[in-house]
Amino acid sequence: MTAEPLQLAVVGHVDHGKSTLIGRLLHELSLLPRGKADELRAVSERRGVAIEWSFALDAFQAERDQAVTIDTTRVWLRLPQCNIAVIDVPGHREFLANMVSGAADAEAALLVVDANEGMQEQTRRHTYLLRLLGLEQIAVVVNKLDLVEFSEARFRELEAAVRHFLAELGLTPRLVLPISARHGDNLTAPSANLLWYRGPTLIEALQTLEARPSRQAQALRLPIQDVYRQDDKRILVGRIESGRLAVGDTLLFSPSNKLARIKSLEAWNARQSAHALAGQSVGITLDRPLFVERGEIASHQQDAPHLTNVLHATLFWLGVTPLTAGQQLRLEVATAEAPVTVEAVERVIDTDTLAPEPTEIVRRDQVAEVVLRSRALLALDEHTSLPRTGRFVLRANGETVAGGLASLRGHPNQRRVVGLKPENLTPVDHKVTRTSRAERFGHRGGILWFTGLSGAGKSTLAMAVEQHLFRKGYSVYVLDGDNVRSGLNANLGFSPEDRVENIRRVGEVAALFADAGVLCITAFISPYRADRARARQAGGEAFHEIYIRADLKTCERRDPKGLYRRARAGEITEFTGVSAPYEAPESAELVVDTANESIDACVDQILRYVAISFAISSRA
Amino acid sequence: MVDALDELEAQSIFILREAVNRLQPLAMLWSIGKDSNTLLWLARKAFFGRVPFPVILLDTGNEFPEVYEFRDRIIREWELIYIDAPCPGAEETDPSLPPKARAAARKTLGLKRIIGERGLKGVILGIRRDEQAIRGKERIFSPRDTTGAWNFRHQPPEFWDCFNAEPPPGGHVRVHPLLAWTEIDVWRYIDRERIPVVPLYFARDGKRFRSLGEKDITSSVTSSATTIPQIIQELETSREPERAGRAMDHESEDAFERLRTQGYM
Repeated sequence: MTAEPLQLAVVGHVDHGKSTLIGRLLHELSLLPRGKADELRAVSERRGVAIEWSFALDAFQAERDQAVTIDTTRVWLRLPQCNIAVIDVPGHREFLANMVSGAADAEAALLVVDANEGMQEQTRRHTYLLRLLGLEQIAVVVNKLDLVEFSEARFRELEAAVRHFLAELGLTPRLVLPISARHGDNLTAPSANLLWYRGPTLIEALQTLEARPSRQAQALRLPIQDVYRQDDKRILVGRIESGRLAVGDTLLFSPSNKLARIKSLEAWNARQSAHALAGQSVGITLDRPLFVERGEIASHQQDAPHLTNVLHATLFWLGVTPLTAGQQLRLEVATAEAPVTVEAVERVIDTDTLAPEPTEIVRRDQVAEVVLRSRALLALDEHTSLPRTGRFVLRANGETVAGGLASLRGHPNQRRVVGLKPENLTPVDHKVTRTSRAERFGHRGGILWFTGLSGAGKSTLAMAVEQHLFRKGYSVYVLDGDNVRSGLNANLGFSPEDRVENIRRVGEVAALFADAGVLCITAFISPYRADRARARQAGGEAFHEIYIRADLKTCERRDPKGLYRRARAGEITEFTGVSAPYEAPESAELVVDTANESIDACVDQILRYVAISFAISSRA
Repeated sequence: MVDALDELEAQSIFILREAVNRLQPLAMLWSIGKDSNTLLWLARKAFFGRVPFPVILLDTGNEFPEVYEFRDRIIREWELIYIDAPCPGAEETDPSLPPKARAAARKTLGLKRIIGERGLKGVILGIRRDEQAIRGKERIFSPRDTTGAWNFRHQPPEFWDCFNAEPPPGGHVRVHPLLAWTEIDVWRYIDRERIPVVPLYFARDGKRFRSLGEKDITSSVTSSATTIPQIIQELETSREPERAGRAMDHESEDAFERLRTQGYM
């Protein structure tokens, strides 16, 4: 049988009979391995209880002792008409994290409600969580009818209550059925005890469930997992989460916004193919040497992901420590990860009453609507349309503390701001070329992007280098905080997105200078790799990253502007090196060690580099 | 067209590529059985013919001779980086376990030793959920602490393909790319890809091994299947559990669970 199994999650309150239901169903369908039924009889006898079908699944010793399912288990129901993978999920409150792990893959859910007890806390909580996870297909079984003498009145009462509750969540159950799992009423055959019931048996009902619509028809999403170098080839690998691609397609990478064509689809021990579909793990090569990293998402130019620094999200909080605004966490979506700050907690919802709580603290097992802000641009989709790139997890200290669903309403797509780079990197329509400018000035234009901690010596070196180069006849200019902050960037503050914008503008201006044939030196801390990478992209081949390196201790000792002292005293917040990170360059073109070399030696090192790199005959 | 086997293959390749990207140093446990050979094949696919991590056999010296021969051939043909990890004797294992389980527990100790020696942060294994009820509870990326113990009561949540690829201090992460595969899936894939397997899986004198453990603690089943399509047909109609011939599973009710809690595969 090659049809993919339908993923069915069985959920409900503890002791309402989920595991018993599955165990009994396996037995009636003759799917229990031979000897298992006898084993269960023996084990149950040893424990002094009537046959406990739930023991078929509750393999753990602890589970058998308490008859409580601790973790999720999958079993396969192979039926004549279809193939179902049943995910049995724990109902007990403490095992919520395990429940989410199990139900997250589900395409449909079977909600089990005890006829005697009715809807309980977990019944409501699980249903709400399933809704959040995007599940829309739900069938309901009212179990343990034997305990209420198979009363039709009781069944109808509960049916109405469940339908009402589900309707509040915007859900309509496909079916509501009466059963007794322990005694096998209405599971695979109609029951003599339920003559008033005319609907399908559970097995018949399960066969009407539909699998998810094909992802192949959706927009292309290929999150890049890794890059392998083999035999001079750079192979980008990843799994196509939706859509389809073909050799020759133009791909757009997000959030870097670069374009390239697919040159080949690499495969080992498989027929060479020119196409690939959603669900396949592929390896592609591109027609140009693009620097693409893990975390980028490849798509077509149309229907590309949204780019944003800020998003609304619905979270279900699994962490032991409560969540409050201001906390910093790691967000992981597809293969990308980024630090984010919880900017605001807008609503906290109690999953039992489904009513908002008047609090801004999110405790374990609660759901909250929050605003998240990230320094780096994120590529995301609306979770209802493309779940694989619209759902994410949040981690703190290496642990998963929440699952989140992205909502992009209200926040502009920043792709327009970043702009679409044409494939051809040289400017169009300028009658004066870079070559003629280089000949006029006697050197090539370009950018020396200095980066390093405050106090490392960027400005000192920039000024000294500028002076030397000017004397040698270079056209050279320094951009630094002083001449940029008060003019061009006067309308920017120090919020994370303003800082990103600050560096972006400097990068663009430097690129214009380079284009004009000038050697532009920039002296900004520029602590984030993402920002420097964007500046590099703007500057193209003429961009040189110069790491002005000095360790934090040395910089603090120097403290030329007294900023470290004030930062340590708490007068300045988010100061790089003290209360904000510095992401050192991994492959700068030049590293200048100001901690161990004199200023003159450093200046010399840079001048020698310039002479080689910007001479008219040299390649950038 | 993408069928069920293709999706399983793609998912396993995805998991292997994640492991290589996020967990180093990394190694794969190779028991030379059909599952771990399939896993090795998937690694060759994922990395375009070159397996970028070593494969380790936890060697008790008690494997069937056919297994050792097969191993040597495959190492040569597939150009594998192979590590033989000898296991300590049964006397070093937990004395409260029943005897056959103790024999199996030698491998647990061998594994602990090699992880320590090589400072391994990630270990890839070919276990499947449907093999054994307790394995059904596993995660794809399962963190283990320094003792290698499996803390089944407090497993980290794993959903939406976001894996816990950070080992606890001094510990490692077990990676299980074959969890979603069933026994039939594995044989169908072996058939489709023409993956070589140890000849003991095929019937000889009316008997064959359905599950391959060490020679003292594995028994054969009655069968006439001598080709893979015959094996698949047999499986489609059988109701015998796969590990019926594995003595360690049946000695006491909780023997296998205790083995796993102590760090077995």
